[in-house]
This record gives sequence, structure tokens and C-alpha cells, in this order.
Amino acid sequence: MKTISIGCGAGFSGDRTDAALPVVKTLIERGGASAIIFENLAERTLATHQLTKQSNPDLGYEPLLELEIKPILEDCLKHGVTIVGNFGAANPKGAAKLIMQIAKDLGLPNPRIAVIEGDDLSGERGKKIIHEHLGKEFNHEKFVCANAYQGALEIAQAIQAGAQIVVAGRVADPSLTVGPVMAHYRWHSDQWDEIAGATMAGHLLECGAQVSGGYFADPGKKEVSNMEDVGFPIAEVFPDGSCIITKANNTGGLVSAQTVKEQLLYELHDPAAYITPDVVADITMAIVEELEKDRVRLSGVKGHPQTSTLKANVFFDGGWFGEGEISYAGQNAETRARLAMDIMQKRMGGVMQLRFDLIGVSSILGDDKNYMLKRVANSYSQDVRLRVAGQHQDLNEVDRLLRELTALWTGGPAGGGGVRVGKRRRLSTQSCLVKRAHAPASFYFFDA
Amino acid sequence: MPRTLYEIAHARTGDKGNIANISLIAYKPEDYELLVREITEERVAKQFSDRSPSKVTRYLLPKLHAMNFILHDVLDGGVNDSLNLDMHGKSLSFHLLNLEI
Repeated sequence: MKTISIGCGAGFSGDRTDAALPVVKTLIERGGASAIIFENLAERTLATHQLTKQSNPDLGYEPLLELEIKPILEDCLKHGVTIVGNFGAANPKGAAKLIMQIAKDLGLPNPRIAVIEGDDLSGERGKKIIHEHLGKEFNHEKFVCANAYQGALEIAQAIQAGAQIVVAGRVADPSLTVGPVMAHYRWHSDQWDEIAGATMAGHLLECGAQVSGGYFADPGKKEVSNMEDVGFPIAEVFPDGSCIITKANNTGGLVSAQTVKEQLLYELHDPAAYITPDVVADITMAIVEELEKDRVRLSGVKGHPQTSTLKANVFFDGGWFGEGEISYAGQNAETRARLAMDIMQKRMGGVMQLRFDLIGVSSILGDDKNYMLKRVANSYSQDVRLRVAGQHQDLNEVDRLLRELTALWTGGPAGGGGVRVGKRRRLSTQSCLVKRAHAPASFYFFDA
Repeated sequence: MPRTLYEIAHARTGDKGNIANISLIAYKPEDYELLVREITEERVAKQFSDRSPSKVTRYLLPKLHAMNFILHDVLDGGVNDSLNLDMHGKSLSFHLLNLEI
């Protein structure tokens, strides 16, 4: 049986929108069955979209959807490249409607768009389920939304039923890849080894450029060429679930054993039990082999039966976050930045816990309790930027923090410049495991 | 100059909630045993002591010449609660590579 190739067009919400076209062109040149996935949902992204939907029921899907889909839609429909994305986010139906409109605008016949549902547990029924699971930790007043991670089965069923585009909300990232592969090989949902292999192929694809040179380059140590044009990855997935990772033709970047190993272990905990809605994958015996330039094989992934539960992420209103920065230069700059820090602690430290950073001295390895910064001696740096951050349930207090930071201009140490302040809403997260029967997934075809 | 991990291995950080995982991968297969011998859970916990990990777990992947470290409670609550500029802890991998060997 001919293999299937899966390309990746985006690895997060806000990824480069010119990355997908070279992937689609490559899939078409190669011929055979293919699909392109768009992974647009980090843990926090979905909750942000849920908030957007609460203020405007027509929105709540991936804001860059049109920029993602427009450049590739005609090629994909014409050449049978299935599009699968979680760009539906909080409003998959809204996303399907927009894609239908884009097709119309381009003068294309109506595509067959399947919408996956069942992940959203934000309504009354879902809320009740989450409440039962979280018990006392559930806060009715602050509840924002909850979504369960769905798997690949309904994606596969939708494709087998003729979907050219599958729009999902919260499905597990690797399931975007497993869906079209499962449909292509007509795997049963208990072919654990095969599904586990495809799951790890999906895991390698789901962050876009992170397997093809992005998040990897380190000049002089780990060289990557033409990073400004880094090619997005493609996985050829074989009937046994093993795969070869490569990337779009005529692009920059690098697919090597090193890039694949780094991404294989990315966000992974126990390598014997990578749990998704579809399977429990085991990579302890997996083998990564560099076959030729930009072609790396992953084999030896084992699968164990899927668990009886689905993970759900629950978000509560977490108040407000505020931060601001001010710079000092020249002789005694660091001492003046440290004086500004002292002023802020004295004026605002009683209102909220403050985190301080001296950018250029110590700003990233430290901790929110400032243990590390307190230990770092004055290095007499002549180019220092002080950053102050805090959070509070009350927006008024966060606004006060930002005003105090701005007042360092006139009321702080000498020569302070370049004040920038910003604030955003906070969402606090909980997660729990719900029974599959509590969040059943299904799909329907969007009717224009 | 003392030799650091940076010379013989590469690493990548990922986050899930308040947990960071850092992979550590030997450039050369023959250096893997040295990593296993020297880069223990205790040493990694010490290297990240400013983040007060509640637990550090090490998993071995001999076929990949790699190890995976799981650092619990080191992200000041994680991406939704931390006040850190790098709320995901993405830069932590290079702090691990500063370990002397």
C-alpha cells in the first residue's frame, strides 16, 4: 500500500503564515495520499479564545485562520491534500463558516468540511462534570471554560466519510496526524503499535519548525542554514507506524538525528508512557537514524492500550498581571537600577508580591521570590534594564503598579529612560481526568 | 577552563503546567556512559536549587544516547501563574549545559 505523507503548516497560534505553501507544494510534487495539519492551540491559547467567544459568539476560532488557509486552499482541494486543524479553537463552527466563505471568495466549489465537537465542557452539563471531578477546588464565580482533549478516531471517521477539511477544537496535538493516517490505512483503534508510531510522528510535527532547525540552532555548535526560510516538516508514515521525517523542498533549516531527538523528548515525561487520547506510546526502544540529508527515520515505537479517561483543562479567572521596565546606562547604572528596585519594593511590595529582574545582569534563571537576584552581587554593569512584575485579583492594584513604574521617570534615580508598561488578564489552570463517556466526540458536515 | 556539558551534549526544555522537562543528548554515543555516571538527579536538583524543585526524575534512553530530566514545581506555577519573563522555562536547558564534567 502506498504511504501517506503528513505536512505541518503551523505549530502554534501566531506561527509564520507563509510556511504552509511550500509544504503543500512539496506534498503535491511527491504525489500519493497526503494531509496538512495546523496545530494552533497551546494550553493557554484556547482559554483566551473562549474569552473572545464569550464577548462575541461569532469569534473564538484561530484569529489567523484566513491567513493560514487562503494561500493553500485551492491547491489542497484540487490535489486532494486533506486539511486538518485545531484552528476551530473555541468555535469550530465559526471556523468552518469562514473557510466556506474563503472558498466562495476564491471561486472554488463548496468544500466538504467536517466539524469535530464534544471537547467543550464549558456549558452547564460540562461544568457539572468538571465540578464533580474538582470538588472543593471548583470555583463557580471564577469558572471561565473547560475543554477535554479528544483523539484521532472522529478525525479519521470524518475523512473516511469524505471530508476534505477537518475543523477541530481541543484535540490532542498528535491526533491531528494520527487521524488522516488512521483513515488512510484503515487501522482499527486497537492497533496500538501502529497508532503509537503515528502518534510520535505527530508529536514530531506538531511544533512546526521545532523539528526542522527551529529552537535548535546554536552558531558554532549546532549550525542550521537559511533559518530565515526554515522549511516546515513532513512525515512519511508507513503501514507499521514508523516514519521518515523530512521537510518542504527548497527551504532552509535542517532535519537531523539531533533535531529529531530533541523534539522527540520535547514536553515528554516518562518515555515509557506518553499518554494521548488514542494510545499510550512507549519510546524507550525507539531508534532514530539519519538516512540522508534532511531525512531521518523513527522506528521501534511501541503502543499500549489507551486509558479509560480524557484529560480536561479547566480555566478560572486569575485576576490581572502587570509588568514594566526602565533602563539605566553609564557609570553606576546597575546601582541606580537597584535603587529603583528598592523604591518599587517599598512603595508596592506591601500590595503584591513583586518579581524583579535586572536585564543584562540576572533576568531569566531567577525565581519569582527573587532568591537568586538577592544573591547576585553588583556587577557594575553600565547597561541595565529593570523589570518589575506582579499580579493581583484587583485590576485597580495592577494599574497602580503600572503608574508607580511610570513614576520612576520623574521620581526615581537619575537617568532612567524607556519606560514600558503592560497588563493582561490572568487565567489560572487546573486539569483533571474525565471518563470518556462524559465527553463523547462526534463530527458533522458543515452545511453552507 | 573547566569542561562543561555544553561541549559534549545538547538539550531542550519543554513545559507542562509547573513541570519542566529537559532532555540531554550526547553528541557522540561514546559519551553517553559519562552522562549517565555524572549527571545524576542530585546534581541536576542542585543546579536548579534556586527554583526549589520538589522532585527531579531521570529517565534513560540508551538507544538515543539521551536522558530526560523531569523537574517538578520549578516554573513558579507555570505559564499561567509565573511572573518570569521566560514563563515556559525554555532557557533552562542551557543552564543544565553549564554543569561541569
